[in-house]
Amino acid sequence: MSAKIFSKDEWAGVLEGLKDAYEVYVPVKEGDFHNFRPLKEGTRPSFEFQNTRMSPKFLTEPQSERMFEYTLDKNQPDAHILKEDEKEIPPRAVVGIRPCDAFAFQLVKRNFDTPRYKDPYWLKRYEATTFVGLGCNDPCETCFCASAGSGPFDRKGLDVLLYDLGDAYLAQPLTDKGEALLEKTDGGKEADEASWKKAQGLTRQVAGKGSRRVSTDKLREKDVNALYEAPFWEDVAFSCINCGTCTFLCPTCWCFDIQDEVQMLPMVGDRMRNWDSCMFPLFTLHGSGHNPRSSKTERVRQRFMHKLKYYVDKYDDGIQCVGCGRCVQFCPVNIDIREIAEKMNAL
Amino acid sequence: MIEYTEKIREIAKKLLEEGTVDAFIGYKKGSVPMMNEPVLVRDPADVDVLHWDSNCGLNLCNYLTGRTDKVGILATGCNSRNIVTHVIENQADRERLYIVGVPCTGVINHRAVKRAVKGREITEVVEEPGGERFTVKGPGYEETFEKADFLQLNCATCRHRNPVEYDELVAEEVPEQQAVQAFKDVEKIEQMEPQKKWDFFERAISSCIRCYACRNACPLCYCPTCFVDESKPQWVGKSIDPADTMTFHFLRAYHCAGRCTDCGACERACPVGIPVRQFTKKLNKDCIELFDWEAGLSLDSRPPLDVYRKEDPNDFIR
Ligand code: SF4
Ligand code: SF4
Ligand code: SF4
Ligand code: SF4
Repeated sequence: MSAKIFSKDEWAGVLEGLKDAYEVYVPVKEGDFHNFRPLKEGTRPSFEFQNTRMSPKFLTEPQSERMFEYTLDKNQPDAHILKEDEKEIPPRAVVGIRPCDAFAFQLVKRNFDTPRYKDPYWLKRYEATTFVGLGCNDPCETCFCASAGSGPFDRKGLDVLLYDLGDAYLAQPLTDKGEALLEKTDGGKEADEASWKKAQGLTRQVAGKGSRRVSTDKLREKDVNALYEAPFWEDVAFSCINCGTCTFLCPTCWCFDIQDEVQMLPMVGDRMRNWDSCMFPLFTLHGSGHNPRSSKTERVRQRFMHKLKYYVDKYDDGIQCVGCGRCVQFCPVNIDIREIAEKMNAL
Repeated sequence: MIEYTEKIREIAKKLLEEGTVDAFIGYKKGSVPMMNEPVLVRDPADVDVLHWDSNCGLNLCNYLTGRTDKVGILATGCNSRNIVTHVIENQADRERLYIVGVPCTGVINHRAVKRAVKGREITEVVEEPGGERFTVKGPGYEETFEKADFLQLNCATCRHRNPVEYDELVAEEVPEQQAVQAFKDVEKIEQMEPQKKWDFFERAISSCIRCYACRNACPLCYCPTCFVDESKPQWVGKSIDPADTMTFHFLRAYHCAGRCTDCGACERACPVGIPVRQFTKKLNKDCIELFDWEAGLSLDSRPPLDVYRKEDPNDFIR
């Protein structure tokens, strides 16, 4: 199937129409910023945004999810037996996801879908999702996607790519899943030559502006111990307050923690999986009370070493960061991964 | 306030060279507009990284906890009150501190600025000397604003702009704001019906992601293990159940009662713009009304929750 063009006037209707076949996630303005939310009655999608405040990683890895439930009541026949939470994941489409964030799912997949281990919850959600990207006409100052394996119109991880042509969206299918989605849309026309020209012009224009370059080319060849022992970690970490904002907002941070939440009367419990962060004091805390990363400097070093060295060495295919710039923009003390990457690269 | 920069560098250089301090804590200019980064300078040759303007928002007192060296530290009115609180609570030793007082005219509310330019990209914010106005620049536009209209909410109602405890000031004291109605917002909530109050707080925290940036930005939250992180017993669930999130916010506020200086670091740090100060401010108001107490004004008086005074208004204890 070829590309389609939708006028912005009919766009809301197109999204509505998709609801028959998908659970549709759209950007919604909430106060000062946007977040992805399910399209329900009364939801007002808003595509006037640079990027959402929270990354869309919650689509495959919700901040909290129940994995099992159980009862501790000995009078019950199923006492102490973990019962898996039923998860019905209908087909879903996320519309308006930025290329960097879509690419992030490909990085994260490496962690949840390995030859040895397959995370059923993550994979089920991932497979059920169709990613409809929206190219960036106006990348943020804090982005550096082009230095992080992605780009304003990058297609990796996307099923459809939308070009915002001002009064219309040009929708280009990139995979079978994307074609299937476009086939289910009402309205729209086949994209004409003029629209294509416009889209290509846009891509060239944005590429011409150039996003900030961050050097990461030497990270692979560096000695891991030399980087680990680098003299700058204490200075880099000084201002960090270990708040975890960077990792919670990050589309590529995948760490989670498993916790039991038990209540009395009746004695029942849930086994939860929650986002974790290497910035937190409980991260890698052993049962003995020992924590190999007990100080702030060790935690900060873990974050950057993981993203810019351990990951790089393990997969030999770039850094564990897509350059979305969220951590740069929202770190309350202005710790800037772009500057740390330069430091590590130059060591 | 940008003109303080030179003086701050000069003082820091002198202190480090003369060995009065081993290290100096200040701010450096951030890589992102309206975000300066706290920095520690050890070498007098490095003092030129120090910078001051109206975007020094994270409370520097945070960086004193656990230090055993001699440090110089910049302190605005609220930060100096937190340092006093730290000293009273044995988290810092006054003898080892050299406090460089910064008479403050307030921190810019970066969210309000972003709103005022309708969310457009901001590439640079330039402050005029004297600091009354600042200019916001971005692709294809430039707009100038009055700083007084863009103060952080806590700064707009601040009654202690001048440091209360210092060894040296970087400039003359600034006039204190007169006739500020500090608790109008709290009064509004106080007057609500219980259900409305509950709804208000529920809505206020609805987008909280429990990252704890608010807690960690707060110099009062120095406990080695916060109650939310304890697992035996587990006081609060760790998922994002609204009841747990509410518990976190209320309990944290109570832990700050009689200690909070309304420095605004918590609210500034929150990545999703939760009005966290609405919790602590009510208790600040109660402390004034019940105990005639504002935190950190003097090294010689103990906070209301760890003293007994005959004049205390409640009679349950007498
Ligand atoms: S957001 Fe900044 S201060 Fe918070 S943990 Fe990350 S680097 Fe540290
Ligand atoms: S590390 Fe920062 S810039 Fe990179 S993907 Fe995560 S939030 Fe975005
Ligand atoms: S940077 Fe930290 S939180 Fe993010 S994936 Fe790595 S270890 Fe986990
Ligand atoms: S900083 Fe904001 S989002 Fe994070 S825990 Fe505090 S109120 Fe919640």
